[in-house]
Amino acid sequence: MFSFENFIDLPLIWAGIIGIAVLLYVLLDGFDLGVGILFPFAPTEKCRDRMMNSIAPFWDGNETWLVLGGGGLFAAFPLAYAIVMPAMYLPIIAMLLCLIFRGVAFEFRFKSHKSRFLWDYAFHFGSLGAALMQGMILGGIIQGITIEDRNFGGGPFDWLSAFSLMTGLGVVCGYVLLGATWLIMKTEGQTQDWARRAAKYIWLFVAISMGVVSLWVPYLDNDIHMRWFGGLFIWLLPIPIFTAALFGVLIYGLMRRREVLPFITSLLIFVMGFIGLVISLWPFAVPYDITIWSAAAANTSLSIMLIGVVIMLPIILSYTAYCYYIFRGKVSDEHHY
Amino acid sequence: MFELDPVLLARIQFAFTISFHIIFPAFTIGIAGWLAVLEGLWLKTGNITYKEVYKFWVKIFAVCFGVGVVTGVVMSYQFGTNWSVFSDRVGNVIGPLLAYEVLTAFFLEASFLGIMLFGWNRVSDKMHFFSTCMVAFGTLVSSFWILAANSWMQTPQGFEIDANGILQPTNWMEIIFNPSFPYRLVHMVLAAYLTTAFTVGGVAAWYLWNKRHIPHARIMFGMAMIMAVFIAPIQLVVGDLHGLNTLEHQPAKVAAMEGIWETEKGADLRLIGFPDEQAEKNHYEIVIPDLASYILTHHWDGEVKGLKEWAKEDRPPVAIVFWSFRIMVGIGVAMILTGIIAAILFLRKRLFDTRWFQIWCMALTPAGFIALLAGWFVTEVGRQPYTAYGIIRTTESVSPVLGEHVALSLLAFIITYIVLFGASTYYILKLIGKGIDTKAEGFEEHSKIATPFKTPTEKEG
Ligand code: HDD
Ligand code: HEM
Ligand code: HEM
Repeated sequence: MFSFENFIDLPLIWAGIIGIAVLLYVLLDGFDLGVGILFPFAPTEKCRDRMMNSIAPFWDGNETWLVLGGGGLFAAFPLAYAIVMPAMYLPIIAMLLCLIFRGVAFEFRFKSHKSRFLWDYAFHFGSLGAALMQGMILGGIIQGITIEDRNFGGGPFDWLSAFSLMTGLGVVCGYVLLGATWLIMKTEGQTQDWARRAAKYIWLFVAISMGVVSLWVPYLDNDIHMRWFGGLFIWLLPIPIFTAALFGVLIYGLMRRREVLPFITSLLIFVMGFIGLVISLWPFAVPYDITIWSAAAANTSLSIMLIGVVIMLPIILSYTAYCYYIFRGKVSDEHHY
Repeated sequence: MFELDPVLLARIQFAFTISFHIIFPAFTIGIAGWLAVLEGLWLKTGNITYKEVYKFWVKIFAVCFGVGVVTGVVMSYQFGTNWSVFSDRVGNVIGPLLAYEVLTAFFLEASFLGIMLFGWNRVSDKMHFFSTCMVAFGTLVSSFWILAANSWMQTPQGFEIDANGILQPTNWMEIIFNPSFPYRLVHMVLAAYLTTAFTVGGVAAWYLWNKRHIPHARIMFGMAMIMAVFIAPIQLVVGDLHGLNTLEHQPAKVAAMEGIWETEKGADLRLIGFPDEQAEKNHYEIVIPDLASYILTHHWDGEVKGLKEWAKEDRPPVAIVFWSFRIMVGIGVAMILTGIIAAILFLRKRLFDTRWFQIWCMALTPAGFIALLAGWFVTEVGRQPYTAYGIIRTTESVSPVLGEHVALSLLAFIITYIVLFGASTYYILKLIGKGIDTKAEGFEEHSKIATPFKTPTEKEG
């Protein structure tokens, strides 16, 4: 049976691939979930139609990154998948239910008249719930999972804590920022003005929650504390500094009524947060017991999938880019098909 | 006594969510292929009626696709939430197959779906056609991988089991092209096309009955009947081959399908009967002598193994398998009959105005879905008591989660899916009731061929 294990560190590569899938998911579905959270607060019905149209061609592709993240975890780190899923049973089911309501709202909303407000609520609360649950799942994983044998050994509510509530709120605020800056880029006139005002409020909450979580994580685990505040401190210092600078650029962009810059900086802020997390959690697949090497699938499985990724990922990225290119520019409030 | 059994609940939850899911993909596989054909015909002939039919069905397609996607996302997490031990042990084998499905199919479908639905004014007609074809192709690729995974669970091969009980793949070709895979793939794809054909045929029959949209309804009805004439008999042949394959690899399943308890030479075909697992026999049988042996072994006195060959705990539940199989085959026969009648009516030039045949076709609208679900129940329940046949038992596969939580989430899924099903059916029926939009589209298109005045559009009612 062929395998690439003699040339490369397969689990490492796969951790990278899944990390990228999760990051892309957060960035892409982040902005459309954010638009959903903002939805009911928009000033007019026409604005809401525009908001919906700005994400309608993309949401399905965006959500597929979640399937790749989950499916990829199953395929590349089955042990981690088999432990994390039962540990996060309730929030994952809740997230899936929220995603259902939000996903079908795209179709049903335009087809209904009297009941439209119901689908508007489904869209809003679905997006909000999914974002909150994703943040809490993240928090639940960061604070560590109890393991017995090759199974989850903790209680059903281990994930619920002050810390995970904090990460949940953080993710919600972050998604709102992505959504608002996306709308600045994709709309004009009244909708854009309103989105800009929303972004001007929310950025502060994002900054605060990122700060709180960043300071909290090192106190969850001694190794993480040592990593950030030990000998590497100087080398890691640029990360918070650069993040703070990004917030500066964001505010500048909002004040100067720039259209694209705020969205780009919001994306970069998320990337910085992600890098910070990776530094804290490295090298664990399930904190703080199972490393990516002990959770990894068989080398032959990782090899065969790597072939698929190397061939398919560039193709996927190119037609995803093509799709965004086709639907570039400002959106209208009409319904197309 | 009052303890909630997580295994049973997890099974019910999986069966419920996958059964709900499969309804929508099966329909979108069929519709996507058909839409590609319609758009191709429109580009080739320039006949605007094709495009109007396309624009009508694409709305229904979009609703079904949406529901297919959200329920599919649930499926990809169910393996971990409810079957974590199974995931840990067979992840090395199943995982890559599912990952390939995401990489090769889901992204393709999702991206080109955006262009297909919203891209009319933004890309050329050719590019739009290409997008439709890509979506249709994506649904087939998706079937390929998911059925490879499912078939492997039925007829596993190409792996070793290590000291921890973890499966290690040894040969990917054997894993993907496992013995039951070719049959299952062909049978399922044909099932999807047939399901779609009968749905389209039923809607067309309703329009013909009401004398609405006659030119469009004739196209839909004609194409659906072509499928019934040609594909339905092929499905019978493929199904038969599939059954023979199952006899070779999962004889216990076939014994349950046929309701045969004692190993016998010259086994009867039980048309009807009520299998009783306690008494190990069937009540109130109606049989055709020796026919089961003939179908399964091609000899009138061939030997067929009975369920008593297996210990009680190694047998699948008999009644579900037995009855589901009869429902599926019954509907298959009804479909073949429909094709024969359609061919006769066509030769007599009465295909589009025979009233009783229109009622018959309207009645068969949901038949494909029922057959599809029944077929899956045969396959999956017949695989019991294993999740991966002969390797891992269902009772060993389940996650270490509390029964209460599985019950809670099951309840939440049931409520959610009832709402989903109600809403999507309601909107689809509303679209069908509203009918085909011939005005906006028609005018725009006709003006392209330089008609100086409004072409009279078809009168409704
Ligand atoms: C033979 C066909 C078939 C079968 C048996 C299944 N599916 Fe499916 N599935 C499809 C055919 C399909 C499809 C037609 O390809 C869909 C419908 C909409 C779509 O995007 O792809 C789909 C959607 C779909 C999606 C959403 C994809 C997206 O986000 O675009 C997921 C995650 C799954 N499926 C996963 C599963 C799992 C885990 C299954 C079994 C346990 C399963 N499906 C059974
Ligand atoms: C194609 C991919 C599929 C896979 C990988 C798959 C896998 C599974 C698994 C893991 C279980 C749970 C264990 C068990 O109780 O046997 C199961 C059960 C079941 N599945 Fe599937 N399944 C697939 C497709 C389907 C489809 C399309 C249907 C029906 C529409 C279906 C119907 C069922 C039913 C009814 C059960 C419950 C059987 C029982 O508990 O007696 N499956 N399947
Ligand atoms: C009349 C002829 C038919 C025969 C003889 C037949 C035979 C079979 C058999 C033997 C199986 C079980 C395979 C296994 O052990 O896994 C099966 C499964 C199945 N059947 Fe049929 N079938 C027929 C018609 C249909 C029709 C009309 C549909 C739907 C439109 C359908 C849909 C399915 C599906 C979805 C499955 C489960 C998936 C699979 O194993 O392919 N069948 N069929």
